[in-house]
Amino acid sequence: MRRLILGNTTEFALVVVTILLCAGLSLGTDRFLTVSNAFDVLNVSAVNIIFAVGLLVVLISGGIDISFAVAASVVQYVTVLALSALGGGNWAEGFIIAGGVGIGLGVINAFLVWRLKIISIVATISTFNIFFGLLMFFTKGVSIYDLPEWLSTRVVFYEHEMSDGSWIELTLPVVVMILCCITTWFMISRTTIGRQLYAFGDNPEGARRFGINIGAMHYLSFGWLGLMAGIAGLMQAHYAQEVVPNALYGRELDVLAATVLGGARLGGGKGSVIGCVLGVLLVSITQNGLNLMGVSPFAFKMVVGAIILIAITLSSTRFDRLLPSAMNSSKQGSARR
Amino acid sequence: MSDKPLLSLKNISVTFGGVRALKSVAFEVNPGEVHCLAGENGCGKSTLIKVITGVYKPEAGAELLFDGKAVPAITPALAQSLGIQVIWQDLALFDEMTVAENIGFQHAMKGKFGLVDKTAIRNAAEQALARLGVEIDLDRPLKELPIAQRQIVAIARALVGEARLVFMDEPTASLTQSETDYLIDIVRNLSASGVAVVFVSHRLAEVLEISNRITVLRDGSLVGVYPVEGMTQSRVTELMTGRLFDSAVIATDHDDQPVVLSVRGLTRHGEFEDVSFELRRGETLGITGLLGAGRTELALTLFGMHRPHAGEIRLEGKPVKFGSNRDAIRAGIAYLSEDRLSLGLNQPQSIADNLIMASLDKLLVGGLISPSKKAAVVKNWIGSLGVKIGQPEDPIRTLSGGNQQRVAIAKWLAIGPKILILDAPTVGVDVGARAGIFEIVRKLAAQGLSIILISDEAPEVYFNSDRIVHMVEGRFHATYDPRAMSMTELETAIYA
Repeated sequence: MRRLILGNTTEFALVVVTILLCAGLSLGTDRFLTVSNAFDVLNVSAVNIIFAVGLLVVLISGGIDISFAVAASVVQYVTVLALSALGGGNWAEGFIIAGGVGIGLGVINAFLVWRLKIISIVATISTFNIFFGLLMFFTKGVSIYDLPEWLSTRVVFYEHEMSDGSWIELTLPVVVMILCCITTWFMISRTTIGRQLYAFGDNPEGARRFGINIGAMHYLSFGWLGLMAGIAGLMQAHYAQEVVPNALYGRELDVLAATVLGGARLGGGKGSVIGCVLGVLLVSITQNGLNLMGVSPFAFKMVVGAIILIAITLSSTRFDRLLPSAMNSSKQGSARR
Repeated sequence: MSDKPLLSLKNISVTFGGVRALKSVAFEVNPGEVHCLAGENGCGKSTLIKVITGVYKPEAGAELLFDGKAVPAITPALAQSLGIQVIWQDLALFDEMTVAENIGFQHAMKGKFGLVDKTAIRNAAEQALARLGVEIDLDRPLKELPIAQRQIVAIARALVGEARLVFMDEPTASLTQSETDYLIDIVRNLSASGVAVVFVSHRLAEVLEISNRITVLRDGSLVGVYPVEGMTQSRVTELMTGRLFDSAVIATDHDDQPVVLSVRGLTRHGEFEDVSFELRRGETLGITGLLGAGRTELALTLFGMHRPHAGEIRLEGKPVKFGSNRDAIRAGIAYLSEDRLSLGLNQPQSIADNLIMASLDKLLVGGLISPSKKAAVVKNWIGSLGVKIGQPEDPIRTLSGGNQQRVAIAKWLAIGPKILILDAPTVGVDVGARAGIFEIVRKLAAQGLSIILISDEAPEVYFNSDRIVHMVEGRFHATYDPRAMSMTELETAIYA
């Protein structure tokens, strides 16, 4: 148990903070601590979690991406236009087009970073502007409201009426989010490719000397984020039942903050899917609670910022110092005569 | 040991941008031998290792035989599959991974269906450590390990790849004497189990202790291959540098000089206890002892970075209390860090910017740094310390270890200090360049600068101090006069 906590201090700290926050919020409003509200939080967070696990892969490999949220907006537009050109399309075609366009945009970033050796934050700030500029230019800022019917119809996998009359719903974005989390987790922690990503992010020169294909690592990480951004874009269009060109503008910073909050290291080599999920959920729970407590929406950003600071501070202080010290000392020594 | 060489190279030439880094060098390693590759920085040692491991391609005409078979085009992957492993000076380990994941990383690169086999990684790590006779907690993150244990992790990782030939590039550069002894035992074990080891090191004492043969390179050319029997440190130095260095004790009395620094009963619990000494104008005080003796901790306290728990520091008679090292610097105390690479110099910045880093306020004209004053200061110190540089605007990392250290010393001299504390000033510096650095130190002392020289290499303090203090477990154990004892006596006192 102790090892589990010590090996995952950030995740553990997040769980503690989240529990404390939930306890506080449930005292503040009786509407917060209900099963249906928990499902609401999940439904609202699904898109950001999909973004976050994609971004996680780029962060682990030592890069950063600012462009993925507007890339998702581009994906939404292209996908909806392509689907109507195809005469309506269906879910399968929707996922293939959105995923494919997303990967394509991710590969552009990888090309800039790997081939042209542009540092990733600069490359993706540029593509952020280019993607968004092109989108606004060609759409003239006009939204699309008439989505194909299948896309704008809510897909509910499970619903149940609670005794108090509220409904719990397990919707498509949540199911897709769970699948994205599982595949990303599997890829980064169970496959040899995943270990190479961590190694590359941790020590690029060391990884190169080991014969790791550095170019492949770039294309894989940015391509993976592109895929996730494409899927997230499609889910967001489905959830909002419309495509608004600037709907996701600014989302990249929320997701980045939540991902780093979840323990991913800017600079590479560290981060976990569970941390990402917890990071996004903490932010969502805060907003949800404030909402239920009737706090002005204008105060949300301020409180969310403060919560992020508190959680980051808690998770970066050496947590093991707060635990019983018996095992700390026994792990020293060895190796020397 | 069989006579057939495990590795045999002939006619290896490499040219970088018109500079010949290697000129038709030959090199041979026998199975299971410990072979030392000696030479000053820039002599081509690293280039040769990179040729053997396939990082650089030699020019046409090169011959490479491994196990008697010709290897026409070697690549990093081929070198690994032949069992050639390199432990680089910077170790190239993965900080965020555990010990097991680092050691077994080769298994993490290949697995059935592209899946990671955690048991295989763990078993490989366990076996490699067992072979070295070492116990390290496999689940500890690497970043928590001290440098000596990381070194062992790097060696264990090399063994996982069925190593037959292991190159160790400066493995002892950041180790203390006792850790070095331990590493030497490990190298002997490896060699006894049939693995050939090529040892690259600046420290000639350990080279002579451990090697069977020595190959010496100078300026990219082969000087020769020598059996270790009958070799002496001064002979190897002469072969490496092409010059002869004579060492003589320099100690003189300074009793007639005023006391600059006086320390009474200085204590930081758990680090050092009841330390008292006096340092006079122009005097060099050597402080030696094993790792954990409290040498660096004492230096950092004198430099104002730690507060003492008890005791008194007097500077030219006046008691001082430093709130931070800024106070100490203002009072004229300079401290050359033991870790030049990460603490002493800002590697990507230019030589000039590094040099003026500690003395910026002396260069101000109207609140801004005056470019002409800066240029004058840089030119002055580069000239007077004989730093070999291209342009002052080049990044400092382009300089050799010895020249970097000169800039680091110049950085402190530019503040006009009264006391200069040198903490392990020759770590990662060539033999030839070391002599140059101590020449500077002696000149400074002759000009009246008081110097505290901290080193765990007995010859360094013996030949360069007026007085030697031996620290044991945080206390001043004994004070020696180099004129009244031999080098061997000092070494016995320290290491016994």
